[in-house]
Amino acid sequence: MSASVAARPPATRWQRWRRQYTLAAVGGVLVMLWILIAVAAPLLAPYAPNAVELSTRLLPPSAGHWLGTDELGRDVFSRLLYGARISLVTGVVVVAVGAAIGTLIGGVAAYAGGLVEEALMRLTDLVLCFPPIILALAIGAALGIGTTNTIIAMLVVWWPKFARLARSLVLQQRSLEYVEAAVVAGFGPGRILLRHIIPNSIGPLIVLITLDIGNAIIIFAGLSFLGLGVVPPTAEWGSMIAAGRELVAQWWVAAFPGFAILSIVLGFNFLGDGIRDWLDPRSRRF
Amino acid sequence: MLRFLIARTGALVAMTLLATLVVFLIANTVPGDPVLAQLGDQAASDPVFVAQWRHEYGLDRPLWERYGIFVVGLLHGDLGRSIHSQRPVLDDVAEYGPATLELASVSFILTLAVGIPLGILAAVKRDTWIDHLARIVSLLGVSSPTFWLAFMLLAVFYGYLQAAPGPGRLDPIGLPPPTVTGAYLIDSVLAGDWDTFRDAAAHMVLPSIVLASATIGLITRTTRASMLESIRQDYVRMGRAKGLKESRVIMRHVLPNALVPVVTLGGLAYANLLTGAVLTETVFSWPGLGRYTFLSAAALDFPAIMAITLLVAITYLVVNLITDISYALLDPRVRQ
Amino acid sequence: MTQPDPVLEVRDLRTWFYTDHGVARAVDGVSFTVNAGESVGIVGESGCGKSVTALSIMRLLEEPARIAGGSIRFRGRDIVDMTPAEFRTLRGAELAMVFQDPMTSLNPVLRIGSQLNEAMTVHGPSAAVAARRGIALLGSMGITSPERAVTSYPHQFSGGMRQRVVLAMGMSNEPALLLADEPTTALDVTIQAQILDLLQALNRDFGTAIMLISHDLGVIATICTRVIVMYAGEIVEQGPTEAVLAHPRHPYTWALLNARPGLDQERGDRRLITVEGTPPDPIAHPPGCRFAPRCPFRQPVCDEHPTLQAVAPDRLARCWLAGENDAPFVRQPRPPRPAVEEIVTAAEPIMEVRGLVKHFRLRGGFLSKPSVVRAVDGIDLTIQRGEIMGVVGESGCGKSTLGRTLMRLYKPDRGSIKFAGQDIANASAAQIRPLRRRLQMVFQNPYASLNPRMTVESILAEPLRFHGLTAGAAATRARVDELLGLVGLGAAARDRYPHEFSGGQRQRISIARALAVEPDFIVADEPISALDVNIQAQIVNLMMDLRERFGLTYLFIAHDLAVVRHICDRVMVLHLGQVAEIAPADDLFTTPLHPYTRYLISAQPALHGPGAGSGRLKLTGEPASAIDPPSGCRFHTRCPIAQPVCAREAPPMRMLRPKHEVACHFAERLG
Repeated sequence: MSASVAARPPATRWQRWRRQYTLAAVGGVLVMLWILIAVAAPLLAPYAPNAVELSTRLLPPSAGHWLGTDELGRDVFSRLLYGARISLVTGVVVVAVGAAIGTLIGGVAAYAGGLVEEALMRLTDLVLCFPPIILALAIGAALGIGTTNTIIAMLVVWWPKFARLARSLVLQQRSLEYVEAAVVAGFGPGRILLRHIIPNSIGPLIVLITLDIGNAIIIFAGLSFLGLGVVPPTAEWGSMIAAGRELVAQWWVAAFPGFAILSIVLGFNFLGDGIRDWLDPRSRRF
Repeated sequence: MLRFLIARTGALVAMTLLATLVVFLIANTVPGDPVLAQLGDQAASDPVFVAQWRHEYGLDRPLWERYGIFVVGLLHGDLGRSIHSQRPVLDDVAEYGPATLELASVSFILTLAVGIPLGILAAVKRDTWIDHLARIVSLLGVSSPTFWLAFMLLAVFYGYLQAAPGPGRLDPIGLPPPTVTGAYLIDSVLAGDWDTFRDAAAHMVLPSIVLASATIGLITRTTRASMLESIRQDYVRMGRAKGLKESRVIMRHVLPNALVPVVTLGGLAYANLLTGAVLTETVFSWPGLGRYTFLSAAALDFPAIMAITLLVAITYLVVNLITDISYALLDPRVRQ
Repeated sequence: MTQPDPVLEVRDLRTWFYTDHGVARAVDGVSFTVNAGESVGIVGESGCGKSVTALSIMRLLEEPARIAGGSIRFRGRDIVDMTPAEFRTLRGAELAMVFQDPMTSLNPVLRIGSQLNEAMTVHGPSAAVAARRGIALLGSMGITSPERAVTSYPHQFSGGMRQRVVLAMGMSNEPALLLADEPTTALDVTIQAQILDLLQALNRDFGTAIMLISHDLGVIATICTRVIVMYAGEIVEQGPTEAVLAHPRHPYTWALLNARPGLDQERGDRRLITVEGTPPDPIAHPPGCRFAPRCPFRQPVCDEHPTLQAVAPDRLARCWLAGENDAPFVRQPRPPRPAVEEIVTAAEPIMEVRGLVKHFRLRGGFLSKPSVVRAVDGIDLTIQRGEIMGVVGESGCGKSTLGRTLMRLYKPDRGSIKFAGQDIANASAAQIRPLRRRLQMVFQNPYASLNPRMTVESILAEPLRFHGLTAGAAATRARVDELLGLVGLGAAARDRYPHEFSGGQRQRISIARALAVEPDFIVADEPISALDVNIQAQIVNLMMDLRERFGLTYLFIAHDLAVVRHICDRVMVLHLGQVAEIAPADDLFTTPLHPYTRYLISAQPALHGPGAGSGRLKLTGEPASAIDPPSGCRFHTRCPIAQPVCAREAPPMRMLRPKHEVACHFAERLG
């Protein structure tokens, strides 16, 4: 668009920074907050998360029970705080292990080339054609209910996107002249991968990992909602929503765990989005 | 173009075969005996009964032979027999499939109709409040658990405001239109039954919004990003240098190029909608394949789950093929 | 020229970039006029404001750039104050522009015809009229079978052909003024010559005024009658091209002219004249003369900002010293340098290449046959220790592949490479590793060849430690400082990251990295083609100095023939993966024996004024493809002296003059 004679004063650096990174800062604060809550849950929770008290079933939010009680009279607020633990742990474990496996496979494929690459990438394509929820449901059904089994089921479908990304990053970096210069200097493939290629391709990986933790949290909660993730009576947000899903009049049972998921996932997404903008030199103008 | 089609179809067949192998292996080699999972405790503790049951389902034969039987069965449309419905899975699929396809298709149209214009607007009005709003809306959509969003919308619009109909495809007293396609919206129009059409459409509103919520965010972000990429190109500046209006530059030079990656994602989004249906249908008591999958999982109905998994994988592959073809139609460089 | 009839009058134009770090005055008080039918050139190094001037005139500036002041009058109407809708009726109709890169100037998903026609229909003509005129226009731009071209997509065309299409778009409404921003920079020199001829013809036949922007004085001299020299956002000199080239009145123009060796120049001193330093930061221009900090002729008076003043009829210069004198700037004599022959030790081959073949397989589809790019297709070459061997040819001739294969970045498919008597063609990566110390490479792109996450110190220290060349941290540090000193960078550079340096400085770091392991043989793959002309000269001088100090051998890959002639001992001309001609540098340029070599030499723009280019050898064809090279002599499809035999038999390599070999059946006809 043509800009002619200056009319509006140009935005200052601070204004532009604020416009671009406010959301990322909000995301960072949300994530930090939830990590603190997960760590300090026993100190913060007014009740034991699994304390059944049938005399106080389905109480609406009040001073005694800030977020009300569920169908077994358990304190929703306390269960919510404890629920952060399992969501964060599964989210981080699935993504960390999935990213490690995927990056390794993608990196090996890109570096080995030829038949090895072909075989590994076809395998990746194959797994990618099974949608996470359904395959996890199938594997989970085969392995049985439980947190560990659900994590294993999720891992089976989680690594391929990292394999694809890692492969394309390595291929892209390997054609750059500074990597050729490292070859010319006589360095071996291991040193080139560790010292030159990985440090330069870590950015997009970090973005995907950050965004993906939120995604993993949602999927795990979804599997729990379907009855697969955790064994009752463990406090977990997905199963809390499942317990409250018929209780439209007692909306607090299902509503609050949902807000918890929304806020933590939103936190990771804002954060990942901000990191992406920050890493993209084209979006950082001057 | 013909060669392109043959090559892609060949790849599709190969991948489908591999997918059957994966499903078969999950079903037959994972730890945790499906037999024990499917038989009651009492039956499982009776070795004679177990052996008989194994023989009946062919589980006592070598693995490769069972795979052969499995594939031959598939070619004859034999997807196995559901344990809890006691019917061939194919019959169940035929019964519940149309409801899911109808829901997913409406959601898909909603996704494109909202996501693409919103993405374009966000890119053209970059760094304005419109852009920020689009960003927040799409991130909210991506970050909301669908099963919870479904509950909330039902609670507010059905339970509290009474502005929307409740779960299901029709009112409890409503009768489905005569089956032609299985999609109520189409069948009711074909039958000229406008009351049923209105009823079906009203029941479609909340589920389709819920199902589309995540993919709308995805499409919006992708459209915006690829618009911004495309807007930077020299041919866009060239278009302006020709004296074209800004709106024409956007519609003619930026948009067609920006849509190429969106198409790729569109295919993926459609496949995601089909699987998102598992959660959405469960909450809305939508009698489709998603809910069927959930019920099968809850009942540990192993043959049904495996058949559905395979079907979804094949659907995904076919959608991918369609995506590739539309990609080639949009971008002349791929066609060669 | 009769009555001057200004089509464009720019007065005191100021275009500023409002960045976070401050206001960058990219264009800072520029005034000039373009008359109807004139051809004016604007020259200057990158960042001098020449492109921003053109974008300001077209009102195509993007945030954060804005016109901060001044006026632009087009045919008497001020276009700065026009509404966008009003200006759109001029843009593309009476005032057109073509851009640098033809590969990206066309929309890849639209047919060429529809892109061309819309340039016309938006300004009035009906679709049918536009379609007819489009075909005629493409024909007059030298595109064969224009009827088919309009239904093609851009990717089906080569770069040169696309630039013809872009020019057709620019000319489609017969504008009064065409702005061409580096229209040939992305093209091979052979295609550049064709496009420049076309521009000249458009100027002559349509009477369209042309404003040609280039970093290359040679390109400007080929077609422009008047030249404007810009430096740091200002015009520093302006006048008739011939007069400015013959007697520059501003030291910057003088430096530009002398930084480039002439193609027709015998080699004497191999050092080029350079001015040290880099252009000033546009956010903080020096208060006095902006060129003064780099000026070899600086006087106390230069602390005051000079005005652009008339120094002769039709000539303006912004220099206190321009005066009345015709030649105020004289090259300072240098101490004589030892001649080349003294450096080259007795004939001792360091690199012997026989029958080298490197093909690349392009992935085919599921059923389609994979195609093979014959990048290097049977090359013999012997390089003596201490020699500078030049390699030239159009893009796609295999010169980069040759360099990378000699470095064993690629494994050759066939043939032998002997380095210092040792075969490296078939050696494994582990066997080659000890030799890596002696074989080094300097890359083309200074922005991609340094690891962005490492400081300069770790970039230089890594190979030292890896090869155990220095004992202990202190010794490594000392050696890094020494290397930085060798390439003319201070020790202060040590702790900084590559992005903090300019292109020329990065290329110095790249050279320091190559030198760190004390190599014998360096492949320099277009080491200067991404740099401004003055920086090019600095790097060339540095490479020559280092060769003398360390007795290095270079394989110097380049497309600038003048530089190659200037610094190389011998030159090899490559065409589609094969050697066309190989000879001592002076002999090759004075007596080229291969028609392809002649063609390359005559296509090179030289500083000899407009009109003189008419004696050029004109070839119209496009280069053939290395995927499916022509039979027999691979040049026969473009060769002016080709005979039937050329299509049948590949010509053998023959030595027709001392050390001068050529692969042409009819080389005697040119000799």
